[in-house]
Amino acid sequence: MIQTDILIIGAGPVGLFTVFEAGLLKLRCHLVDALPIAGGQLAEIYPKKPIYDIPGYPSVLAGELVDNLMEQIAPFNPGFTLGERAEEIKEVGEKMYQLTTNRGTVIQAPVIAIAAGLGCFEPRKPPIPGLDKFEDKGVDYMVKDPEKFRDKRLLIAGGGDSALDWTIELADIAQEVTLIHRRTSFRGALDSVDKVMELAKKNKVNLITEAQATGVSGNGVLKEVTIKTKSQGEFNKEVDNFIPLFGLTPKLGPIANWGLNIDKNAILVDTRDYSTNVPGIYAIGDINTYDGKLKLILCGFHEGTLMVQSAFKYIYPDAKLSFKYTTVAGVNGFEDQKLA
Amino acid sequence: MEDIVNITVVDRQGEEHTLEAPTDMNFNLMEICRASELPVEGTCGGMALCASCHVYIHSDHILSEPSDDEEDMLDQAFYVEDNSRLGCQIKISSAIDGLKVELAPVGE
Repeated sequence: MIQTDILIIGAGPVGLFTVFEAGLLKLRCHLVDALPIAGGQLAEIYPKKPIYDIPGYPSVLAGELVDNLMEQIAPFNPGFTLGERAEEIKEVGEKMYQLTTNRGTVIQAPVIAIAAGLGCFEPRKPPIPGLDKFEDKGVDYMVKDPEKFRDKRLLIAGGGDSALDWTIELADIAQEVTLIHRRTSFRGALDSVDKVMELAKKNKVNLITEAQATGVSGNGVLKEVTIKTKSQGEFNKEVDNFIPLFGLTPKLGPIANWGLNIDKNAILVDTRDYSTNVPGIYAIGDINTYDGKLKLILCGFHEGTLMVQSAFKYIYPDAKLSFKYTTVAGVNGFEDQKLA
Repeated sequence: MEDIVNITVVDRQGEEHTLEAPTDMNFNLMEICRASELPVEGTCGGMALCASCHVYIHSDHILSEPSDDEEDMLDQAFYVEDNSRLGCQIKISSAIDGLKVELAPVGE
């Protein structure tokens, strides 16, 4: 079990910077994120986009900002649990919460800071009637272990890098791979497009363009996918597995069940300290809402900064907190990764 | 007035809304829909990264060609048709006066 002072849900820019502000108050942090990497949307969705409204940076690439934040918080040795979704929280004592992830990691802390942005990223699921009935029974939204598909007949849908890359890789493993895509051209990395085209020419991949999957059927397990094409209309194709790869989309997920006041997929907070209606639980960054809220990274930095002051007083009600500028006191990190 | 254009937006219930949009404020169609409280999320803020502003173009206005980014996002969207566009990539200008669009269904 992991123990810390502030458990931060979401390792996006706001969660990361909060580690710094908490560290100045000698509070240790542990971050949990459903994505396998730190940085949230900045790392997953737009690492190469320039951001122009970070104070002091006329322009900074989103990915670069994440790298800088990681460097800035390094002295405070935060813990990370990545690739796991915060699933359930419960109170396990006075001022002590326990969080369990979807993979069973358990973390205890007196304070939880939810910095989950738009929620956790989950595969975008095509709106095909009945598709959910075949999840894990022939329908997979990601490829975790290519061996699972050995000697199977696969239908992959999508036109991005992951659809192309998996088509190439699985072509050698599966009995048959069919790729369907809504256009004739692909946007993925050039060499993977070329490779797929080559495989299609050699009949190693069955490429169907200007097409989409519109139906699924089977008896308990997936048997057929209905494909609609511009030129041939609708037809059914027998497959063992259907793998729709349409990127990721954020979902509020389990946070919705934690008894917090929620308005339009965002957590209502008190702007004095970004506390929620539940003592010891705070919400900062894009995930919160209040009168005048702006979803900006710089606003999230401010929110995290004020939040840790309140968290300190909540954890140590009798301790005196004197605010010190980093220009005066410097940055005194934690020497080891010993958990609080 | 010259610098105001009219745009008709058909919502997901089939109701038509006529919106007035200024051409001199660098707005896009997603922002105009949101400002009019139509159910357009604009989750990504207009970077062509979420497709929550996906619309069908119903008038024969000639719009700028979709960028690679927009096509890439449409590849990941659902209910995509030949006349699909992302509202955030349609700049409000005098060229689109009288434009008619329909909000595409929201996928998961």
